[in-house]
Amino acid sequence: MADLLPLVPALPLLGSVLLMIFSRQLAARSAAIIGAGSVGLSALLAFGLAWSFLAAPPAGHALETTIWQWFRIDGFRAEIGLRLDPLSLVMMLVITGVGFLIHLYSVEFMAGEEGYGRFFAYLNLFVAAMLVLVLASDLLLLYAGWEGVGLCSYLLIGFWWRDPANGLAARKAFIVTRIGDTALLVGIFVLVTHLATLDIQELMRRAAQVWPVGSGLATLAAFLLLGGAVGKSAQLPLQTWLPDAMAGPTPVSALIHAATMVTAGVYLIARTHDLFILAPAGQLAVGIIGGLTLLLAGASALVQHDIKRILAYSTVSQIGYMFLALGVGAWSAAMFHFMTHAFFKALLFLAAGAITMRLHHEQNIFRMGGLRQELPAAFWSFLIGSASLAALPLVTAGFYSKEAILAGAWAAGPAGKMLWGAGLVGAFLTSLYIFRAVFIVFFGEAKTHISGRYGWCILVPLAVLSVLAVVGGFIETPARLFSRQLAPVFGTAATAPEVTGLMILAALVALAGIGLAALLYLRPVQEPADTFLRRFLRNDWGFDALYDWLLVRPFLWAARLNSRDIVDRIYDGVAAFMQLCHRGLKQTQTGRVRWYAAGLTVGSVAIVALVVLS
Amino acid sequence: MILTWLILLPLLGGIPAWMAGERRNVARWIALVILVVDLILALLLLGPRPGLGSWIMLVDQPWIPSLGIGFRLGIDGLSLLLVLLTIGLAIVSVVISWTEITTRSGFFHCNLLWTTAGVLGVFLSLDLFLFFFFWELMLVPMYFLIVLWGHERRLYAAIKFFLFTQGSGLLLLIAILALAFVHFSATGIFTFDYGALLGTRMNPTTEFWLMLGFFIAFTVKLPAFPFHTWLPDAHTEAPTAGSVLLAGILLKTGAYGLLRFVVPLFPDAALSFTPVAMILGVIGIFYGAILAFGQNDLKRLVAYSSVSHMGFVLVGVFAWNALALQGVIVQMLAHGISTGALFILVGALQERLHTRDMRQMGGLWAAMPRLAAIALFFAIASLGLPGLGNFLGEFMILLGGFSDHHWIIAVATFGVVWAAAYALLLVQRTFQGQPGSAMAPDLTSRHLAVMTVLILAIIGLGAYPQPVIDMATPGITFLTHGLEVIR
Repeated sequence: MADLLPLVPALPLLGSVLLMIFSRQLAARSAAIIGAGSVGLSALLAFGLAWSFLAAPPAGHALETTIWQWFRIDGFRAEIGLRLDPLSLVMMLVITGVGFLIHLYSVEFMAGEEGYGRFFAYLNLFVAAMLVLVLASDLLLLYAGWEGVGLCSYLLIGFWWRDPANGLAARKAFIVTRIGDTALLVGIFVLVTHLATLDIQELMRRAAQVWPVGSGLATLAAFLLLGGAVGKSAQLPLQTWLPDAMAGPTPVSALIHAATMVTAGVYLIARTHDLFILAPAGQLAVGIIGGLTLLLAGASALVQHDIKRILAYSTVSQIGYMFLALGVGAWSAAMFHFMTHAFFKALLFLAAGAITMRLHHEQNIFRMGGLRQELPAAFWSFLIGSASLAALPLVTAGFYSKEAILAGAWAAGPAGKMLWGAGLVGAFLTSLYIFRAVFIVFFGEAKTHISGRYGWCILVPLAVLSVLAVVGGFIETPARLFSRQLAPVFGTAATAPEVTGLMILAALVALAGIGLAALLYLRPVQEPADTFLRRFLRNDWGFDALYDWLLVRPFLWAARLNSRDIVDRIYDGVAAFMQLCHRGLKQTQTGRVRWYAAGLTVGSVAIVALVVLS
Repeated sequence: MILTWLILLPLLGGIPAWMAGERRNVARWIALVILVVDLILALLLLGPRPGLGSWIMLVDQPWIPSLGIGFRLGIDGLSLLLVLLTIGLAIVSVVISWTEITTRSGFFHCNLLWTTAGVLGVFLSLDLFLFFFFWELMLVPMYFLIVLWGHERRLYAAIKFFLFTQGSGLLLLIAILALAFVHFSATGIFTFDYGALLGTRMNPTTEFWLMLGFFIAFTVKLPAFPFHTWLPDAHTEAPTAGSVLLAGILLKTGAYGLLRFVVPLFPDAALSFTPVAMILGVIGIFYGAILAFGQNDLKRLVAYSSVSHMGFVLVGVFAWNALALQGVIVQMLAHGISTGALFILVGALQERLHTRDMRQMGGLWAAMPRLAAIALFFAIASLGLPGLGNFLGEFMILLGGFSDHHWIIAVATFGVVWAAAYALLLVQRTFQGQPGSAMAPDLTSRHLAVMTVLILAIIGLGAYPQPVIDMATPGITFLTHGLEVIR
């Protein structure tokens, strides 16, 4: 069974290579078949593996396989090896499953676009890299996947390369996340230098043996890994790239910038949670970052005009919830929310894409309206996704995962209570901002011209994800199937008891948000005038401007100032000085014997004087 | 005998190539055949050859016995890797000059072969006098390549190249002679034999100054900050083949000198000099990157990126442990391949558009998708994507250095962020954005073939480097272990 595991990432990789080499020869239809088919096969295989894994868990609750040895120097080894345990199993299923649905959607969404084959080549490569990231048993291989998904994110944000703004957004995404990646790399150096292995399981074992709780090195390593997680998952203070990343095609936003890649940071921390347990300061920082991010991004989502940017800030905010859960040690709640979020946020993005593709790529919600009748499929799926995101009580998946996080926070001491409070306020903001969008887009009067119709490639993914966004929660409640499966990874004590009163309170808060949204936006609304506060919130609390002044401008200024290399000017100065001397001396070469004789005399006298006087 | 012929073949082959004059086909086929035969000779050395310790093969003939100068050549896995890179890139240079070089074809190929011979001699010499001879031999033909087939400011660039390298060569000569005299006064034997000079006893001050002489000579060539300024001009003004040879192999002679001579000959001085050298390396990483970012000329951008990459090499050499030194080897090979490829692509662009100015480009993805995609690939390789060779080199260097120099390494690691800044800017300004009116053909099949080979090489190096590592191991063990014995 373990022998089949490498095929899961290999199939999309193969698809990608084929598409890259032959993208110009292949017809669109064949490109679609290779692109979606390779991920589909990979998904089938993944579900097959999951089935046999769950039916008869292997020894140690993990399948391991080494594909080849990457390199070996003096006892230092790096392996290309995969490891499937319950945690990577969840990730693998979501990546291939949701990934396949989004590929299917793209077949129709991207139809007729220039570079159709190239799109699928990149998207397949992404799936392969993401699978490597979550399946890697070796920290360096994980890092390779980590950089690989970053590359694909860059390629796909800048997919429509004719518009320079897209290229800029793509570069911003890559460079900002790479700052985090570099912290992760230094973290790897710290871990390897002190624990002398790259194998993740072995690293965690040795860390627990060598480092006492709260030790300086463990804390340092945890903070460096957190740096990587913060960059990839767009959390404070490196969140600024994600809203701009919406420049990419909508399926890309759904797959990479909502469902999978941006949760890599959550996975990394969950994967190395033993290290974070050794570093309570680091773990607390995870929770605080999560709590702050979910509030800040939630507030920003409230004032966006662009439907994709609303969803982008929502993603940042929801990943904040996952970080919060990790910070309070509710590991399996974080992964549970990752899963439900992948369902409902992918659904929301795909629904938003379904709207904009019929509206000539209009993304401003204030120029939409009354779409409920015209686009029923998009309406119902967006509504279901919104309900799940807003954690509509009892009937949605989002409710159960958010409850699990809040319960975990409440049970985690005084700091946890503070974070619980942040989560509760965030829940209110969430239902307010998303139903603001629902009411403005789908209710009121129609403002736009609609064209075209949907084929099954669009409708099937919407339908499947709608179902999952509703029923996905029942896997955990009431039978706790999800956290019980993850128990071998996180330990059995990982789930907190739920307090019924608090549950009801959270449910009421979500409903209150929807109610307020209805009050404010279930009537004709105009695009509001820009106030300072709105602008400030919409532009991400001024983070972009701050970084621009603090980092980008000085860098550009220095690059421009020194574009001719000041060091070279010094050498040129030496050369110029030599030429000056040359010209000066040349003046003395007059050809007049009188001058030469005079010079000779003066020189001789001077030398004699020197000798005599000294 | 193989070692001697390895050098003699291109040296002698240059003459008939020169005689071919303006008969382009004759000249380039001569060059191609000679280099291929040379490559086969080098490949013959790949098998196991026990009995010589870390050396695969040694040659020791008297040359000027009265002065202790011998014709001493030796090859270990480390040199062999660089020899293979040299011959491989020389072949590539001939192939990509097929249409670019239209005048004085015979003399062009003669210079190409002679400079290759000089570089091979540098990698093989085990006699310091002989080493210096080859060191000078590789420069003169390169000067001609720049000054005769270069671009607009070729005279300025060629003279600058010559002054820097001759200046550093003089320093090297003085240091070599001084070392021989120091050895003579210590032992009574006057010799230039590398093996004999290893472990020469001298007082710390002498050791420091001699080390500095070698160090500066080699870091000018590498080049490291602040001796790098000849490089952008020389690279930019040279014809494409000249840039490939310069970046791909001539720079490696500097790194090789640091590895083979500076640290082993002067271990204690090198040890005390380590912080300075490493900091120069780190400055080079960032300084080269920000300069690369600020350029409008594509070739200058790539040239400055070399300064940045060679900063990693300098850091790795002075980290001086097996992991870091293996990283240096991988980094050298990867840089030779990826930067060589980027120069070829820029050369192809210049041949088509008659400019290297990125302000006049943009949107070229539309007209030449293959060229654009391959340039994207090598830009990504150059910014250090895992799975490709450059990442592995940098990773091994940084990890190797981390345990002893964690602050310097932590700072150096952030150089990869700056690498992303210039590499992706190159892609955007050249290939993305609104296409201009310029229409030009995509890469020819000849270029595509070369690129395929280079792409496979860089993937192979990144994904399965073990053969390279195993090859370099004995040589590196000799260097690091020999050092311990001396200390």
